[in-house]
Amino acid sequence: MTECRQLRVNFESTLASVEAAELIVERLGQLSGFDEEQVYQIGMGVRETMVNAIRHGNREGPGKTVSFEASIDADCMRIVVTDQGSGFDPAEVADPRECENLLHASGRGLLIVRAFFDEVEVGPGSGAGTRVRLVKYRAQSA
Amino acid sequence: MSLSTEVREVSGVSIVDMSGRIVLGEETGQVRKTVRGLLESGVSKMVLNLGGVNYIDSSGLGELVSAYSTAQRTGCVVKLLNVQSKVQDLLQITKLYTVFESHTDEDAAVASF
Repeated sequence: MTECRQLRVNFESTLASVEAAELIVERLGQLSGFDEEQVYQIGMGVRETMVNAIRHGNREGPGKTVSFEASIDADCMRIVVTDQGSGFDPAEVADPRECENLLHASGRGLLIVRAFFDEVEVGPGSGAGTRVRLVKYRAQSA
Repeated sequence: MSLSTEVREVSGVSIVDMSGRIVLGEETGQVRKTVRGLLESGVSKMVLNLGGVNYIDSSGLGELVSAYSTAQRTGCVVKLLNVQSKVQDLLQITKLYTVFESHTDEDAAVASF
């Protein structure tokens, strides 16, 4: 039986936090027996989620933080990332795969997150900001 | 691992050999600087050799798209070479495979212009 592992970190709104969060979940995934491909997908999905939180949510505000929570049990890894921005409606995000959007330089992060995780929920945080909940199951690769 | 870029010319085609990660930050800036430098020097045929790139994030993909668009405006054609499996997966997910002409053989890439 896999031991339940949990951690919570408040990150500054810097690119260094993106690298740190990615390294943390990759290491957690490795230690908890996720395979190499799943570890890559978890790391990439967290990277994209953190970039969205820091750049688009907190707008890299020096006084704003990103709450990061990760837990692992026998079935899956769960991750929650909450920023302190003004929130956004994911339904209003243009599909980057549409012809008219293919040459846009940005807007692909959430698409990659949805491709790499089994469950993705985007909604308002308890205060302001956006809360993203990610779940990756061991036996059910995205 | 940071990104390294080296430029060489083969039969009138500028080939940019890239190795490392293309992610948001210095790495995407380096791609932008390299491509813009080539365009400013009047290059009209460019191949981005991604054979040494096995990790790219959405910002890196966006930088490749920007390179393609910026080059197109100056009359330069940009193609990809030796795209590795993880990068290819992301091109599929994002449908950017429909934008870029991609080759697995350098001679074929050079001859395709």
